[in-house]
Amino acid sequence: MVENNRWGNLLAHIILIFGVAIVIFPVYVAIIASTHPSGTFLRGVMPLLPGPNALENYKTVILEGRSRAGTPPISGMLWNSFVMAMAITIGKLSISLLSAFAIVYFRFPFRIFFFWVIFLTLMLPIEVRILPTFQVVADLGMLNSFAGLSIPLIASATATFLFRQFFMTVPEELMEAARVDGAGPMKFFKDILMPLSITNIAALFVIMFIYGWNQYLWPLLITTDPEYYTIVMGIQRMVTGGDSEPLWHLVMATVVLAALPPILVILFMQRLFVKGLTETEK
Amino acid sequence: MASITMDNLHKVYTGGVRAVTGINLDIADGEMIVLVGPSGCGKSTLLRMVAGLETISEGTLHIGERVVNNLEPADRDIAMVFQNYALYPHMTVFNNLAYGLKNRGFSKAEIDRRVRDAAEMLEIGAFLDRKPRQLSGGQRQRVAMGRALVREPAAFLFDEPLSNLDAKLRVQMRVEIRQLQKRLATTSLYVTHDQLEALTMADRLVVLNGGQIEQVGTPMDVYSRPATTFVAGFIGSPAMNMLPADYLRSTQASDNLAHLPQAADLIGIRPEDLALETPGDGDLSLTGKLLLLEPAGAESHLHLKFDGLHENMIIRLPHVPSVIEGQALSFTVRRDNLHPFDGATGKRVS
Repeated sequence: MVENNRWGNLLAHIILIFGVAIVIFPVYVAIIASTHPSGTFLRGVMPLLPGPNALENYKTVILEGRSRAGTPPISGMLWNSFVMAMAITIGKLSISLLSAFAIVYFRFPFRIFFFWVIFLTLMLPIEVRILPTFQVVADLGMLNSFAGLSIPLIASATATFLFRQFFMTVPEELMEAARVDGAGPMKFFKDILMPLSITNIAALFVIMFIYGWNQYLWPLLITTDPEYYTIVMGIQRMVTGGDSEPLWHLVMATVVLAALPPILVILFMQRLFVKGLTETEK
Repeated sequence: MASITMDNLHKVYTGGVRAVTGINLDIADGEMIVLVGPSGCGKSTLLRMVAGLETISEGTLHIGERVVNNLEPADRDIAMVFQNYALYPHMTVFNNLAYGLKNRGFSKAEIDRRVRDAAEMLEIGAFLDRKPRQLSGGQRQRVAMGRALVREPAAFLFDEPLSNLDAKLRVQMRVEIRQLQKRLATTSLYVTHDQLEALTMADRLVVLNGGQIEQVGTPMDVYSRPATTFVAGFIGSPAMNMLPADYLRSTQASDNLAHLPQAADLIGIRPEDLALETPGDGDLSLTGKLLLLEPAGAESHLHLKFDGLHENMIIRLPHVPSVIEGQALSFTVRRDNLHPFDGATGKRVS
């Protein structure tokens, strides 16, 4: 233990506050900017105090959108993003849980081979395989659909690997006790393994949700129909769309709204999430 | 309630390791059989074969009337108590006990009745709502027992259930398990490496070594007439002293050894069969130098060096004698208490 030292404490706090300020400041600016009328930004000076137009700005982005620039109201885009992120999260979790379960608890031919194949895909993120993946999705007619948005992103080597490591720490006697107790493999998975992994699931849920929410390149490629635009690409369209100056106050309002769902998910899962990262159930 | 019959059971692991070779054993209904042996002797493997957790490479296994070789553990009507208890950590004690019953489709009322009965029997009724991690080692052991009890199975299988407990609790649980088993009269197979547990709990003892049965018998049988030098050395603490027969023949009046078979070239003497008395008619007398006196409360262990003998002898006396280390001491052993063995085969000769 470091001894309690008044000046040391003070210094530590100054450094911490400084660090927090650096992270918080852009967020603060975004929130402030979203409360000003459109003219404010043309003067080239960023205001640091809230303006009068908060309600109006948020109402505009949520309900009307910028029809002239071709972006729909963001409520629709928020919903698209949410559906996509949830589909990716739930899909990733169920597939990786099941494949880790298979790899750890079943003896089948080429088990180790399949594990390494899954492991290898860690090295192939969407950006690397984007052209062939696009071709496949296009051939399957999944452009402009939720299936096309989420399915190519669903397989997850990371989650499979993490669950495998966790399952390997679960004592084998538990599985044997369950067998003696008359539980088949899937019952053991549902009754014993899933509840034991709940903290890991929560942690991965948060990580995967944010991963899905933040997808940019993939939705940009495969959606041409505004009905399937996600919020992250929507922001980009608002900045570059149309011939006029970007309407920064509306962009900022959108940014703030886009940042909300991940924050809500973290808050909702926080208790389990922190537990899952720091604690191992004995 | 059922008997268990093992007919020429073999276990060969992939890679050719033979863990169990040719086990034949009949366990009567309601009998408590203890499998004992050193680590790696195959006792746990044999138990797990009976449980259905290890496949049987060769031979047939009957539980009751049925051949169960290819049945899942759940279909064999057995219950198992694991060494590390294997309680489901996320379930309450009640649910731990109830899980096996739920899977078998018992009614809620029946589950409730059975769990409460078992909990009362094991005095864990107060903990039914707790999770396993909130329990002490002894309490977890009881819950593990309870999980086996509620099922009312044909046979209990115990895999070193007491080895994670401290010495005092172990003695207490040993007594309780034995009483419970006698009361329920359920056929039981109990694996341990602790010979005291084996001797005190068993109706019959099975001593295993290298995947084979060395001896089967009641504890007193096995103790008083060990069939092999391995059993002689394994059962009994301190272990039986082994002397070359030639050494005895050179130091004793030949009349006293006349009853020993010619084939016996190794003689075993239990540490407690040697006494500090004047030899009577036909008794053997041995004189050696005291190396170390170990007082152990009610008894004492004396380590002696005999001239011309490579290994030290250990003698157990039911008191602490007033002797000093380095002193020469004479011991008497009755003729009947010599255990003759054939040194080459390790078998008892009679």
